[in-house]
Amino acid sequence: MYRAHVLVCGGTGCTSSNSLEIIKALESSIAEAGLAEEIKVIKTGCFGLCALGPIMIVYPEGCFYCQVKPEDVQEIVDEHLLKGRPVKRLIYKEGSNLEMAKSLNNTDFYKKQHRIALRNCGVIDPENINEYIAMDGYQALAKCLTEMTPADVIKVVKDSGLRGRGGGGFPTGLKWEFTAKNQADQKYVVCNADEGDPGAFMDRSVLEGDPHAIIEAMTICGYATGATEGYIYVRAEYPIAVKRLEIAIGQAKELGLLGKNIFDSGFDFDLHIRLGAGAFVCGEETALMTSIEGNRGEPRPRPPYPAVKGLFGKPTTENNVETFANIPQILLHGAEHFASMGTERSKGTKVFALGGKIKNTGLVEIPMGTTLREVIEDIGGGIPGGKKFKAAQTGGPSGGCIPASLIDTEIDYDNLTAIGCMMGSGGLIVMDEDNCMVDIAKFFLDFTVDESCGKCSPCRIGTKRMMELLEKITSGKGTLEDIDKLEELAYYIKQNSLCGLGQTAPNPVLATLKFFREEYIAHVVDKKCPAGVCKALLNYVIDPDKCRGCTMCAKVCPAGAISGTVKNPHTIDTSLCLKCGACMEKCKFNAISKK
Amino acid sequence: MSFMKSLAELNAIREKAKSTMTVRDDNTELKRIVVGMATCGIAAGARPVLNAFVDEVARRKLDGVRVSQTGCIGMCQYEPIVEVFIPGEEKVTYVKMTADKVAKVVNDHIVNGNIVEEYTIGAIAK
Repeated sequence: MYRAHVLVCGGTGCTSSNSLEIIKALESSIAEAGLAEEIKVIKTGCFGLCALGPIMIVYPEGCFYCQVKPEDVQEIVDEHLLKGRPVKRLIYKEGSNLEMAKSLNNTDFYKKQHRIALRNCGVIDPENINEYIAMDGYQALAKCLTEMTPADVIKVVKDSGLRGRGGGGFPTGLKWEFTAKNQADQKYVVCNADEGDPGAFMDRSVLEGDPHAIIEAMTICGYATGATEGYIYVRAEYPIAVKRLEIAIGQAKELGLLGKNIFDSGFDFDLHIRLGAGAFVCGEETALMTSIEGNRGEPRPRPPYPAVKGLFGKPTTENNVETFANIPQILLHGAEHFASMGTERSKGTKVFALGGKIKNTGLVEIPMGTTLREVIEDIGGGIPGGKKFKAAQTGGPSGGCIPASLIDTEIDYDNLTAIGCMMGSGGLIVMDEDNCMVDIAKFFLDFTVDESCGKCSPCRIGTKRMMELLEKITSGKGTLEDIDKLEELAYYIKQNSLCGLGQTAPNPVLATLKFFREEYIAHVVDKKCPAGVCKALLNYVIDPDKCRGCTMCAKVCPAGAISGTVKNPHTIDTSLCLKCGACMEKCKFNAISKK
Repeated sequence: MSFMKSLAELNAIREKAKSTMTVRDDNTELKRIVVGMATCGIAAGARPVLNAFVDEVARRKLDGVRVSQTGCIGMCQYEPIVEVFIPGEEKVTYVKMTADKVAKVVNDHIVNGNIVEEYTIGAIAK
């Protein structure tokens, strides 16, 4: 029996800031202190507060340490683990008085969250099936196989109101029912773990922190729809997730929770992993299945829908990782319990990956209907540096943005669609006054131009033409006509593309045009970038009243564009200026500004 | 490992695994046994006392009891010191503890609610 457990985050975020080295140092220091029999070190999945990683929690005290470095480990072992004196300087502090947080659940970051899909992330050892079982793991599967008919299972999922968390928002129970109704000699279950939106890492964290939940849910889905084989399509860029999935599948097979005659019910189910090579289009369901079949990842027209003719031409149910992560909890606690959370037409919770200009970068799970303000200000801790909130981008390259004026919008599928945005898979990028919305639209379009598979011309050629128009606008050569052309083209591409990639690719442009049209107009009429981002439209100027003539700027300018004599105000020759900003950084008198 | 055939087998694994994870329980309504583990405590033999508490609580499969450690309580001459906090009741301080005394404290006080008067600071400091 161990008297203390030390949990260290082994998710991708904390791993990249050395958490594995911390675990190694912990284990050796603990052994050296003769505590190996008393203290257990556990590598968990993501805790969510990635901005403060690497994160460590020491139980039984529940002491929450953040930004731990390998050189801090000795002190933690000597002081806390041996002598019971928590290392105060490493404890997470919050609020204006910088109070020490007593435990994780008491922090502002966690208080407003409600964790269903992430319930085990950062809580259990994902490489140990027993810890998952201890948290009621595989109970839902046992219940389904021994007490329920496939139709019962589908009814519960339908009644729960769960909708697809990959972004589409299609009712999950209905999807399962379609597949179940189609007769075939073979059916499949597919888990879409091809998380491709820039800034999104919800699915990765679930797979890394709680892989057994996905295995259990896919097996349940197989039972409900009559499929005996499943595929998890996961990006090869997620090596930790892949490794933990492999371990988890191995453990489940060893215990007979995957394989033949599960729970003596006569039901067989087997799982395979397929690695994606990182093409964004493979997150689209038909392209994903084409890729699993061993072909080039290109979409195919629907109908026929996967429920009729999916993987290898057989009826297939495809769900996203987060959707599956909710399934065992729904079956265990009943449809009503799940449906009691959220709004009228969006039940349960949604996981968001908070990123951009926000203090608490990380992973949050909130009940549907939470306002954007609560997510950004209360959970996210607000915007650093006292800057003003401008917009939040959701849904990545397929999504739109929520402007500051709509910050009190309650987040659910329908509200976001109503304002011309979308839920998306869960990337939530916060932007402040220093972000240029035209530049943001260009960034996402650049991504889709790169990732367009090329099969249909509206997407292949259209996005490229849109990109050229945006480049023209941001370089100061655009006209008002170009803005109209951009809009017209955007609607055309939306209506005529073959798959979801092209149909949603113009969304970032349309959303920014809707809410920030004046920024586009400023770029073409005034030839100015209000946020000071688009280089071609910027001029660096020296304020003659503030300039003391110290000559620092002239010395640092790589283009020799700054002239002036000592102790007299200097000037910048805009025709020579490269707009590198070096002079502004060097000026001690704040005399140089971008205009 | 053998194949799981029934819910009972799954439950057996669950109970066994759960008992090893109680230390991670975040419940604040717990009965707490806190052992002083500063240099003075360790020198006086607090570690075997701490481990004896952990083992005894695990052996009896007691739910809602947390064994943890703290630093110097300030009365080094009475170490090893153990404080017992039961929600809604006054703190009880046991002094000059040994591993042999642990079973009695757990049985009488934690399980049955009777303070072991003869081990408390009131009895020993007289």
